[in-house]
Order: sequence, then structure tokens, then C-alpha cells
Amino acid sequence: MRLGFEEGDIVHGLSFEVYPRETLVLLGETGTGKTLSLKLAAGLLRPREGEVTVLGRKVSQMSERDLLAFRREIGFVFQEGALFDSMTVEENVAYRLREERVAEEEIEPKVREALRFVELEHAIDLLPSELSGGMRRRVSIARALITSPPIVLYDSPTAGLDPVTSQTIITLILRLRDTYGVTALLATHRLQDGMALANFFFDSKSNRVLPNRSKPEDKGEQNSNTRFAVLRDGKVFFEGSTEELAAAKDSYLKRFLM
Amino acid sequence: MVREASISEILVGSAKENVLRVQEYSYLSLQSLSNLFSRPFYGQDLLDQMDSIGVGSIPIVLLTGFFIGAVMVLQTASQFVRFGQTSLTGDAVSLALVRELGPTLTSLLVTGRCASGIASELGSMLVTEQVDAMRAMGTDPSRKLVTPRVLATVLCVPLLTVMSDFIGLVGGCVAAVFSLRLGVVQFWTRAIDALELSDILQGGLKSIVFAFILASVGCYKGLTVRGGTQGVGRSTTQAVVISSVMIIVADTFLTKLALFLADKLF
Repeated sequence: MRLGFEEGDIVHGLSFEVYPRETLVLLGETGTGKTLSLKLAAGLLRPREGEVTVLGRKVSQMSERDLLAFRREIGFVFQEGALFDSMTVEENVAYRLREERVAEEEIEPKVREALRFVELEHAIDLLPSELSGGMRRRVSIARALITSPPIVLYDSPTAGLDPVTSQTIITLILRLRDTYGVTALLATHRLQDGMALANFFFDSKSNRVLPNRSKPEDKGEQNSNTRFAVLRDGKVFFEGSTEELAAAKDSYLKRFLM
Repeated sequence: MVREASISEILVGSAKENVLRVQEYSYLSLQSLSNLFSRPFYGQDLLDQMDSIGVGSIPIVLLTGFFIGAVMVLQTASQFVRFGQTSLTGDAVSLALVRELGPTLTSLLVTGRCASGIASELGSMLVTEQVDAMRAMGTDPSRKLVTPRVLATVLCVPLLTVMSDFIGLVGGCVAAVFSLRLGVVQFWTRAIDALELSDILQGGLKSIVFAFILASVGCYKGLTVRGGTQGVGRSTTQAVVISSVMIIVADTFLTKLALFLADKLF
């Protein structure tokens, strides 16, 4: 896949696959094409060359009209939340439902459920400007999951957040993955986010995040359906499991591990 | 080694860029109109925009309209007084307001207030990825953001123009009564008698075209912002400047067209 602007190609030779119920962590420094990769996957940008196939459909060849319908099956969590600032939290989360002409009496319970999931039910009437950065990301996650999409794309969901808030966001992503079996593509420059997704799971019985080795069926092995793709200069520089990444000898990869 | 571009290459590149902008603007404008003929419609957004653009502009339109009418009377009367024809003031002011000043000044006022507002609002939405978020949730931004603004402006500016024309005549009447000692009935009789259907149609046509220009340019500049918040400021200024210039240029051609049609049809 190739994508560029007037300045030249930014993404070139990019190729990766994500399997159902899997989480692929796109790891890379700023400007390596992480956000562009997500926007290509959602059909928000078109590649100059190459093909993007999502849910069996060739996104790169679809008309804008078809893309609008297709995107309803994808949740997208933007880097800064991208909440509509003239709408309340309730209106933001309910936006997609109202677009799909869902009956008003069905909307409120769904919105409350989504906000309860991100522990922000109390903020239902607030405006985005009244929320903290972490709260805005959580509302963005609630907005993305309101229609229970099979795929969710996360664009640097913890960027610019303090460690505690980042952990809250990662816990939500784990809950979404392990409760609903969502397939995810997560762009980040923070290895610890990817490692948390790879090494932990959300146990709905105890309502806690537990290390993978505590799963009886894993017998101490890590198995979270999480892989890493490290981007460099608009290409996939490394693709593999947590163990393969941890054992990497390459100096570029080691920069992430330090 | 990097080769420096020649002057001709720079000029050709710049010309191509401008042609591309005109093409993008034309496409967005046509799209805003074609959206009217298919679903979904955003009725609530249309009402919100009519409230913001139309109702919100009433005070400035009325205030300026009143004083423009008064100034017109004072200026024209200073000439008519030489020939002892001050009673013609009503005719002159009425024709000037309905044909020319009403639609043009109202549109320029709404441009200053709304084209800038539209460009900055859409530009801010673009740089904070709200437009991308909208697309990611399956909404066509041209339907949700552009069409309601363009339609609301096209519906409201002619109404604002009618208000401006009327209040302008009221202002003219006040000036005529107190400054020229003309009678109220005399002023209004001459002002109304001077008008023909073609004058009203000319003013109406102009206000519709100007409204479309100011709203579509505002939307285009907002949705093509580059360079973050600084770019939003730049686009806002450009929206006002380009709309104002386009309105005045379009006014010349529309006047010629309207006079030609009035001559042929009426």
C-alpha cells in the first residue's frame, strides 16, 4: 500500500493483516504512518496504490457513499477524542444511533450502558469542554462501542495522558476486547500500552485485570491474541509476538524496549 | 542535488493549484445543492442555522439599513434641491435600495458576520478531527454541515434584504420628513410608485446568488483549512475577503443581466 501527499509518499510498502478477535498494536515513533494506517483502514484516506480489505470488502475501491455505510461497522477512537464540542456527552454517544433513526426510547438505555462501561454515567449532561483529557477519551470509547462494532481502531488512545489515566484507558480497551471479543487495531508510540494488552486480560467474573499466566488454560504461557507491528518510515519494520519483540536484537526495536 | 524550480514551473504549478481550488469549490457547491434531492435531510440543523444566520443577523441588518436609507435621502436630496425636485428623493432611494443597496449591503453584512463564523466553525471542527469523526461514523459532512448552512443562508438573506429595504425606506422617510420637510404620504407614494416588478425580482435574484456565494465560500474555506489554529484564522479572513469580492463582482454581471431581462420581458 502506498499513500502520500504533496510532500511525497508517507506510507509505502505497508502491509499487514489483523485476524478476527485479534489485537494488532501498531508501534512507531511520531510520523511513521500509524494514524494514516488507521485512516486507510477506515477508508478515511485512499491509497495511491495497493489495496485495503476490511471485513472482506475492498475499502480502497469503494465509493464514498458505500464507505459511509461501511464505516458504521467500525468504531474509531481518535487521538484527542474528536468529540463534537457543541453537543453534550449524551448527544455525542447517541450520535450514531440518532443517525440510524433508532427510536428515542431505545437510545437512552444504550447510551447509559455505554457510559456505565466507561464509568462516566454521571457526566451524561456535560459538554466536552467540561471534561478532562482522560474523560474525553473514555467518552470517545463509549461513542465508538455504542453500536457494538466488530472492529475498533484506536489512534494513540493514551497519548498525552498521565500514567494513572492511561492505565484506566488500557483497562477499558482490555474490557472491550475480553468482554465483547472486539478485533482491534491500536496505534501507539508507547510500548507499555501494547505490553499491557499482550500480558493482561480482563476477568469479568472478578471484574479485575489479571496477568495472562493466571488463566488456568494458559498454563503459564502468554496468549492474548495480541501481536505487534513496528512501523518505520511508512513501512512495517517488524511484525511478531510479544516474545519475538522482546527478544529482538535490532537497535531500532531496542529503543522501544528500553 | 536538488534542482531549483524555474519561474515558469512555479507559475504553472500555482495556476494548477488555483484551478484545483476552483474545481474543489465548484464540486462542494454542486454537492450542497444535489444533497437537497436525496436523503438524509438534517432538518434540525437547518433550523439551527436559520436561527443563527437569519435571526441572529436581524439587529445589524435593521440598524445599518435604517441609516443607509437616511444617508441616501440626504445625499440625493442635496442634488435634487438644486433643481427644486426634492419630491423625487423617494423614487431614487427606493430604486437604489431595492435594486442595489439592499441586497448588496445585507449580503456584505451577513458575509462579515456569518461567512467568517461558518469558516471558523468548520475549520475548528476539521483541525480537531471532528469532521473525520463524523465521516468515521457514517455521516457525509457535506450533508450535515454544508447543505444546512447554504440552504439556511439562501432562505434567510432574501428575507433579511426585504427587512433591510423596508427599514431603509423608513430611515429615508424620517430623514426626508425632518430634513427636507417632505410629507410622509408623499415620500411613501413616490417610493412605492417608482418600483416595478422587475426591480423587486432583480433585488431578490441578487440576494439569493449572494447568499449562495457567502455560504458556499465560508463552507469551502472552513473545510479546506490547513495549518492548525493559525490556519483557521487565515481561512476565516479569506472567507470574508473572497466572498465580499465575489459578491461585488457578481453584482456587476447580475445587474447587467437583470437590466437586459427587464428590457426584454417587462
